[in-house]
Amino acid sequence: MESELESMREYFKSGKTRSVSWRLSQLKGLLLFIKEKEAEIFEALKKDLGKHPVEAFRDEVGTLIKSINFALKGLKNWMSSEKVKLPKIAVLSSAKLVPQPLGLVLIISSWNFPLGLSLEPLIGAIAAGNTMVLKPSEMAPACSSLLANVMTTYLDTKAIKVIQGGPSIGEQLLQQKWDKIFFTGSALVGRIVMSAAVKHLTPVVLELGGKCPAVVDSFSSSWDKQVAVNRIAVSKFGNCAGQACIAIDYILVEKKFASNLVELMKASIKNMFGDNPRESNTIARIINKHHFLRLKNLLSDLAVQKSVVYGGSMDEENLFIEPTILLDPPLQSEIMTDEIFGPLLPIITLDMVEDSIEFINSKPKALAIYAFTKNEQFKRRIEAETSSGSLVFNDAVIQYAVDTLPFGGIGESGIGRYHGKFSFDTFTHHKAVTTRSFLTDFWFRFPPWNGQKLMLFETVYNFDYLGILLVILGLKRCKRNLDVI
Amino acid sequence: MRGLRIGLFPNFSAVDTGVRRTFTCRCVRKTNKKSASFLSIHHSLPNFSSYSCSAALSVMAEEEKKSFDENEAASLVKELRGNIKSNKTKSYDWRVSQLESIRKMIVENEKEIAKALYDDLSKPEFEAFISEISNAKSSCELALKELKHWMKPEKAKTSISTFPSSAEIVSEPLGVVLVISTWNFPFLLSVDPVIGAIAAGNAVVLKPSEISPATSSLLVNLFDKYLDKSAVRVVEGAVPETSALLEQKWDKILYTGSSRVGRIVMTAAAKHLTPVILELGGKCPAIVDSNVNLQVATRRIIAGKWQCNNGQACIGVDYVITTKDFAPKLIDALRKELEDCFGRNPMESKDISRIVSLNHFTRLERLLDEDNVSNKIVLGGQRDQNKLRMAPTILLDVPKDSQIMQDEIFGPLLPIITVENVKDSFDAINSKPKPLAAYLFTNDEKLKESFVQNVSAGGMLINDTILHVTVDTLPFGGVEESGMGSYHGKFSFDAFSHKKAVLYRSFNGDASIRYPPYTESKKKLMKALISDGIFGMLLALIGWSKD
Repeated sequence: MESELESMREYFKSGKTRSVSWRLSQLKGLLLFIKEKEAEIFEALKKDLGKHPVEAFRDEVGTLIKSINFALKGLKNWMSSEKVKLPKIAVLSSAKLVPQPLGLVLIISSWNFPLGLSLEPLIGAIAAGNTMVLKPSEMAPACSSLLANVMTTYLDTKAIKVIQGGPSIGEQLLQQKWDKIFFTGSALVGRIVMSAAVKHLTPVVLELGGKCPAVVDSFSSSWDKQVAVNRIAVSKFGNCAGQACIAIDYILVEKKFASNLVELMKASIKNMFGDNPRESNTIARIINKHHFLRLKNLLSDLAVQKSVVYGGSMDEENLFIEPTILLDPPLQSEIMTDEIFGPLLPIITLDMVEDSIEFINSKPKALAIYAFTKNEQFKRRIEAETSSGSLVFNDAVIQYAVDTLPFGGIGESGIGRYHGKFSFDTFTHHKAVTTRSFLTDFWFRFPPWNGQKLMLFETVYNFDYLGILLVILGLKRCKRNLDVI
Repeated sequence: MRGLRIGLFPNFSAVDTGVRRTFTCRCVRKTNKKSASFLSIHHSLPNFSSYSCSAALSVMAEEEKKSFDENEAASLVKELRGNIKSNKTKSYDWRVSQLESIRKMIVENEKEIAKALYDDLSKPEFEAFISEISNAKSSCELALKELKHWMKPEKAKTSISTFPSSAEIVSEPLGVVLVISTWNFPFLLSVDPVIGAIAAGNAVVLKPSEISPATSSLLVNLFDKYLDKSAVRVVEGAVPETSALLEQKWDKILYTGSSRVGRIVMTAAAKHLTPVILELGGKCPAIVDSNVNLQVATRRIIAGKWQCNNGQACIGVDYVITTKDFAPKLIDALRKELEDCFGRNPMESKDISRIVSLNHFTRLERLLDEDNVSNKIVLGGQRDQNKLRMAPTILLDVPKDSQIMQDEIFGPLLPIITVENVKDSFDAINSKPKPLAAYLFTNDEKLKESFVQNVSAGGMLINDTILHVTVDTLPFGGVEESGMGSYHGKFSFDAFSHKKAVLYRSFNGDASIRYPPYTESKKKLMKALISDGIFGMLLALIGWSKD
């Protein structure tokens, strides 16, 4: 591994990956891979997670095509240096910010969107002109092997490598020296990644998760109700069966609206996924036995079991869990303290919908907060008084697809951000470059020091151009006594 | 910039701690009542012998030292978290009032600040003014002027796939942040990050360096007097206090100092997933081409070395690279200009700082006294351990593997390395860890371009030194071993803000294609939406899709 990485560093030094043409060709290669191998991608996602092709297209393939096109279009602009304004006093000087690739970067991705979460950061790393190693998750083996064996044939393998493996390979990779580590996964492993990065002072981006709440106001219009419920249902059960870091984790709603909401949810779920969702194949399965048992265990608590108002059936053989709704499970139960990451949806009732702000603030900062409301004042309060990676009003999950918004967490939900130009910036060092000429120099910049020089500096720092003139002409006297010390 | 160097030199830690202790006694923090009562005793009993007085003091200092442990740190953070619950610090008014107080604090106490800097480093008042006081003041003024603008949410374009919607990026405070500063610019490097933290609406705890005790104690007094204690605090201390602080959960840590301690800070931060900004140092090179205006170039090198805290600066010139033929001319010019600046006997000059502590003095001595280094001195070399003074010293062609070419020098020693061709200097720089700053003096446009392209550093300045840090439109920060993250001006505000993505959707325009049951036509429509734009979408909608 070391020698492989060393040769990648050498390749980076050759400057090849810095050229616009290289970056464009790799992005185009990636695009070609996705378009030509679409069928294989759908098959791999079906195998690993039971994702329906339309879901796979909406969440992974399609989003990636959009992101690559966005990068292709923006690249030249992103790569150009940015001129920076200088104060007038700095005559004959100029300053700019020069974007430069970091070098060799490591991307560790996750199993729930094995393609999307691998390639989204990869696009940024390529656009920024780095060499890179991608370690896909071993828990989605079909996708991992597709990335390692097929995708690489479309790319410059001297600069872009895919290394497959489990925790031991991950650990080995973390021992190496990187210029950036980009990790998607749990907060637990995030801490390990950041601790390992200390050795070489490597900056990290950690894309973690957390319990993303959805606040649902009581709507009077039945249209609004229906739209909100549809959006909640698809964002919870229709995105990898709730196994998504930005999926709705639980719902906060006023007591009086709760039963109505539950009824609407039931109908919406039936509408979307049919009477028998497992047969209809419109909902993904649980990734593996370990996670299946973890979810099963969340429901094992008697009080929690009692709170199930819809669904709850589990098929261990096929790793399938039916969309499940729980009404007011105990707040100290695991389902309300851990990130759920599956198709279980607790609904917590509050006396007043405004109480949701306090409820949310009593928990670690979430990756996303969703609020379904038409009350403008309440919107403003939520925006000002809660903190989260992103905040979406009247919808869920779609912020992932907006290239102009940064995607990333805060506190327990992560460090750093990406998507669109932010991905480029994440894998770039913006070097500050200032150029001066030899022509102008203030004689008062150099010792020996005296009172007049000090005064000149004061006027210069205040950009007091008239003052400078007065001091130079001797029309302004120094009031300071320099010998006090 | 080595706030916590102590640990590296255990033999000398006693000295520094000793200094700290006597100093803590003079100005006991936290226990204002105690110190006040002590002062009154002191005043009412003028005949109190100084011996017993200091003894009493050191007992108090011991107590004081014990009092700031992990529990104390935990309750401090808890208190601040409680205080910001009211969202007071988020308001524009609070931020402005605090920034105005900082400005007032600087303006009203210029003399005291200069005095403290003189006590800690013999920093000439002039240098104190130009490099610390006025920089801090202008940083504060910029924040006051721009704050409204900075706080404004930034509109973001949205695409057709989420239509109809609007989006913005909102800057919100992170919460409670920690700033650990250092001794070489003890005032500026403490106040400047605090300005950023306050501008962004955070509660902030500052830990100044114990190696510059006078400034540290002044900061306690000034912050106490001018700023809102419920959200802005100073904790004094050395390693134990810093460790206690680092145990806590912060929302961001900005550390200025050495890469060794930087690693300790980041390790502690990983535990709580706290993002860090590390402002470290490194060996900042200055390349001098032979076609330059020699007088101007040498003056600017002097400004970036000895005039800058006598070389004790993270962006100070660490070493010079020039061509073999040009080196003698450069040295002659440096000799002449140094004499103009600091006189014939620089050891007596009032215009140059001293070395901060005995510990650093002996470290520099060790660098200088190494075999094959001590015989390379071409200028200077004088030192006075008692006064902690060291003259500007130039060394020609020291061995590449000598300690002075491995470590960051952080003092008045300037090695000049010669190369055959000026372009060879890029390799020399790139063979070392990436520095915080790299300087080039040349009139050759091609060389400038290639320098920018091929050398990586936190920042670059062509034909001058140091000045780029005063440009608040540029981010200041390192890369790799020289640090991570950046600040200054708007970048300080951003460093202490969370950029929250906010997306507003209405209930209109809900496309059925988003929802299961999934059908072939939905997929086609979605494809068209994503890749073919509006025309393709229309085709798909009326069932005339291309495939």
